[in-house]
Amino acid sequence: MIELKLPYDEESLESVRAGDAVVLSGVLYVGRDQVHKRLYELISERKPLPFEFTGNGIYYMGPSPAPPGFPLGAAGPTTSMRMDPFSPLLIEKGLRLMVGKGPRSESVRNAIREYKGLYLQAYGGCGALYSSCIKSVETVAYPDLGPEALLRIRIEDFPAFAMIDSMGNLYNG
Amino acid sequence: MDAEERIVESLVKAIRKLPASSEALIAKAAEREECKGASLALDAIARNIECAEKTGLPLCQDTGMFWCLASIGRESRCRIGKLERLILSAAAEASAIGYYRKSVVSDPIYSRRNTGTNLPPVINYETVDGDGVVLRFLLKGFGSENCSSVRMLNPTSGERGVINAVADMMRAAGGKPCPPVFLGVGVGGTMDRAAFLSKKAFFFSDGNSELEKRILDSVNALGIGAGGLGGDNTALSVSLLSEPTHIAGLPVALTVNCWAERKCEIRISEEEL
Repeated sequence: MIELKLPYDEESLESVRAGDAVVLSGVLYVGRDQVHKRLYELISERKPLPFEFTGNGIYYMGPSPAPPGFPLGAAGPTTSMRMDPFSPLLIEKGLRLMVGKGPRSESVRNAIREYKGLYLQAYGGCGALYSSCIKSVETVAYPDLGPEALLRIRIEDFPAFAMIDSMGNLYNG
Repeated sequence: MDAEERIVESLVKAIRKLPASSEALIAKAAEREECKGASLALDAIARNIECAEKTGLPLCQDTGMFWCLASIGRESRCRIGKLERLILSAAAEASAIGYYRKSVVSDPIYSRRNTGTNLPPVINYETVDGDGVVLRFLLKGFGSENCSSVRMLNPTSGERGVINAVADMMRAAGGKPCPPVFLGVGVGGTMDRAAFLSKKAFFFSDGNSELEKRILDSVNALGIGAGGLGGDNTALSVSLLSEPTHIAGLPVALTVNCWAERKCEIRISEEEL
């Protein structure tokens, strides 16, 4: 089991290998389909980004509402492939760590190899479990997107699995 | 408890607790799993089921889109407008008090504005023998629904064609639909009827026919595995329904349901209608 503290330092990120079980702690940003579309457009229009890409990771997730006493409701990963059209540009601009579920396109894998990124899979459908790893949450941008808003979360002992490492190696069973 | 309260209660429970038979299949898969990655995924699923039970949080943040089959007795005096209002009202209430994620948008192409209520549901009405009404709900998550599909096979494709079509669709799905999955297969009718049957099947088949077992084996030979991390626990069960079709065709539809197979069934007696 490999522990990765967030924000990450390059050496730790690059030492993770495909097939490693990884436990994340620290600060993670949350965004899915519409956030990716907006970040992509901001970069294309050379406008400022709503958070620092370098050293940070993004988790593909849209939570259910928080019942009283919880920072968030269920908070498991969503399907990564829908972010594939946007990810290579985001990786190039420094957003090198991604947490989602399921396979990625070849162009995402190539961008991960080129810019020494890391793609982790969180366990799909495990929304209650991941909620229990989230200690606090704040909205960073796009509250108009409702459950798809851009969030910053503080996590502890968040379990994940390395699918594509910084050398472009792919876990395949 | 009146009918509406029973529907709300069932829907609120359904996103937190799986049917016992589904839980048993997941536990059985974990016992026989030998692949390291898939074992970690099945272990996370087991911990998640426990966590949802303990905290009352939904199993998955995608609490799904309401899919409802309303089976109305042919002898019933049910007023369909009243039944529709009952379904809408119960679904809205469950979404609110059950902390469902609001996952439905009004216009699919342009505005994609969230309706804020999880309405409208997809409602299918059918008539059946007897009286009273039975409501069956799937809380359909879209990570898996995006992997659902219909194929129009040649009429001469036969059993092999059906098995291969399902295996092909699952090969394309890979690890996306949160395997190990539950599969619903609809065969025959028209394109849309096959698709409907592929969802109805989750309530009407025990997965014990020879064809269902052959489909299950061929999907599990794909090596996708739990969490898409390998091994042979890709699907936990196959439920198939078939109906008459046209001489020129053999429609085959597949509904992919993630391991969190959330569904419930509510019976409403004639007196309550």
